[in-house]
Amino acid sequence: MISPDIKQIKIGLVSCGIAAGGEAVYEKLVAAAGNIPVIKVGCLGHCYAEPLVEAVLNDGSSIFYGNVPGKDDAIENILALGEAGRFSVPEKRREKECVKVLAFAGRIDPTSFDDYVSGGGYDGLKKALAMPPEAVIEEVKLSGLRGRGGGGFSTGMKWSFLAAKDSTEKVIVCNADEGDPGAFMDRSLMESVPHQVLEGMLIAAYATRAAKLIIYCRAEYPMAIANLNIAIDQIKANKLNIIDGREIDIYIKEGAGAFVCGEETALIASLEGQRGMPRFRPPFPTDSGYMGKPTMINNVETFGNIPLILREGGAEFAKVGTEGGRGTKIFALAGDLEYPGLVEVPMGTTISEIVFDIGGADPEKVKAVQTGGPSGGCIPKAMFDTPVDYDSLRSLGAIMGSGGMIVIGNDRCMVETARYFLDFTHRESCGKCTFCRVGTTRMFEILERIVAGKGKVEDLDTLEELGNKIKAGSLCGLGQTAPNPVLATLRYYRDEYLEHVNDKSCRAAQCSALVDIVLDQSKCVKCKLCINSCPVEAVSADFVIDPDKCTRCNSCVDICPKHAIARIPKGENK
Amino acid sequence: MQEEFSFLSKIGREPGNLIKGLQAIQAAYGYVSDDAIRAAAEYFGRPEADVEGVISFYAQFKRVKPGKFKIAVCDGTACHLKGAPLIHTWINQELGINPGETSSDGLFSLETVACLGCCSLAPVMSVNGKVHAKLDRRTMMKILKEYAAK
Repeated sequence: MISPDIKQIKIGLVSCGIAAGGEAVYEKLVAAAGNIPVIKVGCLGHCYAEPLVEAVLNDGSSIFYGNVPGKDDAIENILALGEAGRFSVPEKRREKECVKVLAFAGRIDPTSFDDYVSGGGYDGLKKALAMPPEAVIEEVKLSGLRGRGGGGFSTGMKWSFLAAKDSTEKVIVCNADEGDPGAFMDRSLMESVPHQVLEGMLIAAYATRAAKLIIYCRAEYPMAIANLNIAIDQIKANKLNIIDGREIDIYIKEGAGAFVCGEETALIASLEGQRGMPRFRPPFPTDSGYMGKPTMINNVETFGNIPLILREGGAEFAKVGTEGGRGTKIFALAGDLEYPGLVEVPMGTTISEIVFDIGGADPEKVKAVQTGGPSGGCIPKAMFDTPVDYDSLRSLGAIMGSGGMIVIGNDRCMVETARYFLDFTHRESCGKCTFCRVGTTRMFEILERIVAGKGKVEDLDTLEELGNKIKAGSLCGLGQTAPNPVLATLRYYRDEYLEHVNDKSCRAAQCSALVDIVLDQSKCVKCKLCINSCPVEAVSADFVIDPDKCTRCNSCVDICPKHAIARIPKGENK
Repeated sequence: MQEEFSFLSKIGREPGNLIKGLQAIQAAYGYVSDDAIRAAAEYFGRPEADVEGVISFYAQFKRVKPGKFKIAVCDGTACHLKGAPLIHTWINQELGINPGETSSDGLFSLETVACLGCCSLAPVMSVNGKVHAKLDRRTMMKILKEYAAK
């Protein structure tokens, strides 16, 4: 039975919703819903509840259903507005979050121009066009907005540098090369509300009199590219790209997978069809950038904030946040927590509010968070009452970065975590600066040795020395920040390093060379699943695991129905 | 220019479009062959060494013909913590391939990617672009068998 109260049904169908199986749910909904429109919308940020379906009622209220399986009875339940599977935003999250930049995300059809406009979209652009360009820049300065890509430079200042250039060929680039593993704010914003990013860019084009807008987007984000392209066509059809009688050129250039291209000068080299290697500054891009033209680069989320600033005014915008950062910030929460996903909070919210109250992580089980991805550092639980803004995080040896926040549980090894980040950065080093190219590789090799149980105590000093030299001797942000994960873990978790090198032990039971897999005979029900699943025949017919044959692949641990097999630090079995 | 790369002519000829051209080649053939390098160098007016340099710089470009099913295992931070290295072990045990390799029957090829942007569903991998989430060994094996049967 379909409830007569339902006006329309929305389902979150961007990358995360699709990965969770949302397409099957969508098809079943369309087939079963009769005349009720079923609309594909963007991401509400509740990734842990995907696929997420919203039934919008005639009275304007909504009922949400989370983790909807693609099964007929679940669909019938939704259409009948049944009680089962209803989803509501966890109360603590509702108290702490402050949804401004993401206000449209998950509520409108990303491919519909009318949806965006009827919600107040392009009002910011309209307002800007009624002001002199200088006044628009003043408004952005007044808002206190700082670059959301990680650098934290004043956006208004950056705009004024470009505006001051006397050229008819100025270029504005949107940096959508979100290569930081663990961050997906920009993807979500571009997929869910592409027009908001483009509106911000058009306002920038008016304020600085730029002629060309380029979006440099990762090729790994096909849906973001598709939705942006649809939006660009709609902008052209509605002639919004004609500003002051000038026709603004807007297009997307796809990146080809290089982390260093997040760096301004490397990004420009990549746009020009070269290897994405950074170069010395000056000249700054605003003096000589893409093809030698004055160029300004802002991040996706930065542009996403601009329409808001114009709509509500810079002074109003600046009321949210702290001295160290105005407005809100979107964080991508992942790792060891209950509610992974996207969350938007006022600047200055503490880490513990984000991780525990919003993320639902268990304070007993959390060791640290990593902010800023491979360029950032870990922050131990003892410091979780730090408010999150640009300056306070830097003082802890971490950085805000673009907004990735990975929660690290007690059962994760900090040495292995540091090794993982160095594995990433040493491969992504472009090779231009010797310190970064050779230094990060040496640091990685030392860390490999330590997790393999072959480390020496002197290695820790070598890591620190190398780390500081790489920071000092590298041209761009990649090298200057690459040692951070190692230096931060050495600072806060030196005891774990010492255990690895002195006792050859990994307390988190993660480093395979320092781990044994043991079978508890008293729990074993002799079902033989472990024997059958073992790829190297390490489990004997009488259920004893041969440590020499065992590769620590975890197949038996995962498959054992009685949890009789465990991964434990080497030596603890005796 | 050789017939098989004639689609390059739809792309503007300026040297800055080289990456776009290489992406078009890879979209058509799944990898960039020696012949493709020659064609791109000629078309965009850049030395072959230059083209090879750009290809080797960016992770996206492949110089080896990929399998029918392209597996990309995410090794972003969240996936790594949640067991991405084990996924590599399992694939290696089942198919005998390492990242950058193609199985001898030409069915599967494997690569590691930095992040598929689905961190909250970790660990994930994609097969020909379709993302499979929250993997453990059992679901992983099931997925491989399903593709092998296609």
